[in-house]
Amino acid sequence: MATDRAVHAEGLVKNYGRVRALDGLNLHVDEGSLLALLGPNGAGKTTAVRIFTTLLKPDAGSAQVAGFDVLKEPDRIKAHIGLAGQTVAIDEFMTGQENLEMIGRLYHLSGKDAKRRSLELLVQFDLTDAAHRIAKTYSGGMRRRLDLAASLVILPPVLFLDEPTTGLDPRSRRQMWGIISSLVSEGSTILLTTQYLEEADELANRIAVVDAGRVIAEGTSDELKLRVGGDRIEVAVARDGDLARAAEVARRHLSSDVTIDPHQRRLSGPSREGTRQLATLVREFDAAGIEITDLQLHRPSLDDVFLTLTGHQAEEEKTTELNRRWARRAS
Amino acid sequence: MGQESQLVASGFAVAGTRYRPIMGRPAIVWAFLDAMVLARRSILETIRLPELIVFVAIQPIMFVLLFRYVFGGAIQVPGGQYVNFLMPGIFVQTVAFGGVTTGISLAQDMQRGLIDRFRSLPMSSSAVLTGRTVADLARNLFTVIIMLIVGFIVGFRPGGTVFEFLLGILVLMGFSFAFSWISAFVGLVVRSVEAAQSFGFIWIFPLTFASSAFVPVATMPSWLQAFARHNPVSVLADALRGLFHVNPALTTADTRWALIQSVAWILGILLVFIPISVLRYRRTTAR
Repeated sequence: MATDRAVHAEGLVKNYGRVRALDGLNLHVDEGSLLALLGPNGAGKTTAVRIFTTLLKPDAGSAQVAGFDVLKEPDRIKAHIGLAGQTVAIDEFMTGQENLEMIGRLYHLSGKDAKRRSLELLVQFDLTDAAHRIAKTYSGGMRRRLDLAASLVILPPVLFLDEPTTGLDPRSRRQMWGIISSLVSEGSTILLTTQYLEEADELANRIAVVDAGRVIAEGTSDELKLRVGGDRIEVAVARDGDLARAAEVARRHLSSDVTIDPHQRRLSGPSREGTRQLATLVREFDAAGIEITDLQLHRPSLDDVFLTLTGHQAEEEKTTELNRRWARRAS
Repeated sequence: MGQESQLVASGFAVAGTRYRPIMGRPAIVWAFLDAMVLARRSILETIRLPELIVFVAIQPIMFVLLFRYVFGGAIQVPGGQYVNFLMPGIFVQTVAFGGVTTGISLAQDMQRGLIDRFRSLPMSSSAVLTGRTVADLARNLFTVIIMLIVGFIVGFRPGGTVFEFLLGILVLMGFSFAFSWISAFVGLVVRSVEAAQSFGFIWIFPLTFASSAFVPVATMPSWLQAFARHNPVSVLADALRGLFHVNPALTTADTRWALIQSVAWILGILLVFIPISVLRYRRTTAR
């Protein structure tokens, strides 16, 4: 039982007062894989992570992490997991090395081992030069790296990463992605939450889309994109007369499901092969003497996924909910 | 830049050494060891944060000087000098105010997600609180020593034996520890730094000023005297005055009674607030 490194949840329910944060969440993360929990703010992602990491007790349902039940054996779970939460949880006034050693001591490593492990992590996370500077002086990317390093002190079999790249610049985000991918390839089981489809796409073996406290769709990135309609190619032509011929070409290469907007002289169709089809289309249009003014590959965003799966925009609900709350407060 | 992109390009190797945790020690030993790890952390913060040093050292010195020289001339105390009356009171006031930082720091840890991280670790569940309160105790002792020095310079002269003096400081520290635990509970309940600041101080103000800390209770209106006399701040200030032999009006029996009451307050507060704070800690998370 203890060799089980998976994460499993069935029918998790959690209420905060009258707000239902989780509404029967079912989830399974296979051993050695990364599952991305994708959803907007307030979808219940963090609540789920808090239940798995034994910080919160569910009102109903059950969950197992690394073979242990979250309600019955929370202490054993704690010895098998690492958590990097939404906010960077490091001590600002301790150095990078002191932070890692402290976490090592609190995992009950001996002083000597805690020190050896922290030196190892500092090298791996490219923080050796900053090892003796207090964390307050670190850049955003360095903080995130230190925070992730802290969650890896015992090389936990199961890792929880709650929005690990929120607030990072694109370069630091790429860097974090590199690190997380290596973790997966070396066999860690990871549950990662994110608001970005792009991130889930890049890292996850499987993606679970959450909304209002339940999983509304689950599958690989490709499977989900197919449900949303996948990538689309959009073309704008220079002359009205070319539109019909352009649509003909597009139907041949994309699919019969091409939509035409005569007012804007635009057409768009689903694309299975992405950028390669862009090149093909350019050549075909050129050969047919069709002058184009715009050609782009449109990838589905989180909003597209949401729009398709729930019929509402990811951010929309949050705004109206906020407005409602303000209105209640004002009255 | 060059170095950082290398980290991505070269493929990041995570494999590392998996060290085995120490097993088989009793929980009480871990409660102590974990608390010491975290007490060290809090003490490092105090040393490295310049604003805290101002709060810890400079503010109490200012209080001593202001009360001694600004109010001192106007406030009459029976049978002695105001500076001798004042110092025990200002000690109590300082440790009471110092305790508020316990709650503020805990609220801050919560906002920054540190409490979530600590709670996800296989460590003792009382250690975050004992580590913090013990560190704050050490900090308050440091403050009291500075104030004692300044007090001597401006004319504070305790009488009595060394034993009585040390007993007084010990009870004062017990009070400091107890107030830190009240503050810890407040910090865990309100969960934000701003709220911990306002809720932390709001009840300390009437407690310290409507007491015998700065003026004799007999000068207050009678309805206030009832509260001021039984206020733990007054009780402790009077116990200290008796032990330091700075108030001739206090008999040995008065001192003993004030001392017993002080110890009872300290134990009572600890007996209530340690368990409820630890319980609260176990079910708290950041927002």
